[in-house]
Amino acid sequence: MLINRKEVEQIAVLANLSVSEADIDAIANSLDSVVEMINHINEVNTDNIKPMANPMDAVQRLRADVVTETSNKDKLLSMANHADEDYYLVPTVVE
Amino acid sequence: MKFKGIKQISQALHSKDISVQELHDIYANRQKQSAKQLNCLINRTPQLAQQQIVAAQALIDSHQGSILTGIPLVHKDLFCTKDINTTCGSRMLENFVAPYDATIVDNLNAVGMVTLAKANMDEFAMGSSNENSYFGAVKNPWDLSRVSGGSSGGSAAVVAAGLAPIATGSDTGGSIRQPAALCGITGIKPSYGRASRYGMVAFASSLDQAGVLARSAEDCAYVLSQMCGYDAKDSTSAQVDKEDFSQNLQQSIKRMKVGIIREWMDGLSAGIKAVTEQAIQKLQDLGAELVEVELPTAHLAVSAYYVIAPAECSSNLSRFDGIRYGHQCQNPKDLNDLYVRSRTEGFGEEVKRRIMVGTWALSTGFYDAYYLKAQKIRRLIAEDFNQAFAQVDIIAAPVSPEVAFKFNAKKDPVSMYQEDIYTVPSSLAGLPCMSIPIGMVDNLPVGLQLIGHNLQESVLLNIAHQYQQDTNWHSQVAEGYHE
Repeated sequence: MLINRKEVEQIAVLANLSVSEADIDAIANSLDSVVEMINHINEVNTDNIKPMANPMDAVQRLRADVVTETSNKDKLLSMANHADEDYYLVPTVVE
Repeated sequence: MKFKGIKQISQALHSKDISVQELHDIYANRQKQSAKQLNCLINRTPQLAQQQIVAAQALIDSHQGSILTGIPLVHKDLFCTKDINTTCGSRMLENFVAPYDATIVDNLNAVGMVTLAKANMDEFAMGSSNENSYFGAVKNPWDLSRVSGGSSGGSAAVVAAGLAPIATGSDTGGSIRQPAALCGITGIKPSYGRASRYGMVAFASSLDQAGVLARSAEDCAYVLSQMCGYDAKDSTSAQVDKEDFSQNLQQSIKRMKVGIIREWMDGLSAGIKAVTEQAIQKLQDLGAELVEVELPTAHLAVSAYYVIAPAECSSNLSRFDGIRYGHQCQNPKDLNDLYVRSRTEGFGEEVKRRIMVGTWALSTGFYDAYYLKAQKIRRLIAEDFNQAFAQVDIIAAPVSPEVAFKFNAKKDPVSMYQEDIYTVPSSLAGLPCMSIPIGMVDNLPVGLQLIGHNLQESVLLNIAHQYQQDTNWHSQVAEGYHE
């Protein structure tokens, strides 16, 4: 197997997801079958081929450093589950 | 009053045979009758529609309207609509109210189109059957026991059932073309960069493109022309002039060179192959010349796509932290618990699978071997297309290896991913492509994929329109949904 239980646990930590003990084998199996399919990309030699990150090979455009938007602070804060005045509220991080 | 397409509807509006309100009511009533049964809508937008009806009628009355003014449409629920729920088919965004309009929504609002509803979709546009929606699967109007395709399955079912003449969609690896094919309608994804991604919830940013689903290529052309255009708010927006994609519709396709990929044709089941060959024969009858072309690396497209798309998905979906917006778990014990439980509860199984595949492909030790390797395959596929387009004007190919399948028929992810075998190559290359209905197999619709070279949307729409001038498949309607 290319992906085992231990790897599923590690990936879940990196992805900020939790995996229950009951589901872990099924997830390992499904990820393993996906990785097996993905592995076909190794059938072709790609030495000296430049990776293609964007279909138009576009480069990141820069714009003038001027303000283009008005403040939307109140509206954006109102979308949060918990906010107080100008802050998002989260569980205590530092005692 | 029987309508045929946007042009006829628009003429009726402008000659005052019908008001914008009356037109709206026809479709709103049809939605009331059938939307629940098909489960194709997530939210209806009656208040917004009322405001837009008044504005559209005023434009028409003052002779300032365009062909799209007053035409009702439904938006796929991943396009942000200001002050209206935008769920992306996910529990994560079940209560998310967008603070602004997506640019493509803005562009269509600007000419007075009337928004009726938001369409159901696979969660975060990940899926080929719409079975991944938090709000339940969409049913195919041609057979309620079968899938509508995905991820724009709600949009496709809306148009196929006549609940709106137009629906917007998005296509990352086939999400407009495959549901259009499975529901027997026309759908187009423009070249990467043509339509702004601003306000379209991101899945895989180097692949995602907005597009249109409608009955005919002609209707797609009108809407796509208005939807596309350079947008400074999207850093990958193509800096090309706005185009009227309807201008070449009437041109003859005599001597147009149509590429055929023999290997793809030979891989089809007998029924779909026969229908596809008939459609290609029709193009030949209309004067097109057939040329066999090869895409030697395209057989690796699904593998490369399922590295690149999940990698970009894992990066894009890391924004969902349960704090600023989106689902938040109850009583988190600390900050990490808040992140992990909010995400684990908010995302469905397939979305979590893709986040995990992408996280794995981008993790230390695998980045070069998978992510960069897949991007190199992507270039080889794009180069294959460049060579093919040195010989032909367009490529005609299958859309899907099969017709609409039964619910729960594909439980393992890899068999579902194989649905995308004919659609992901052109997605990786960023090319414009569309699906047009060309016939039936087992009383279910089959589509033909037309792939164009970069920025050649008007060539695609020209050949599709000429085909539809000579055939009737695009006006076929499933039993029970006649207008």
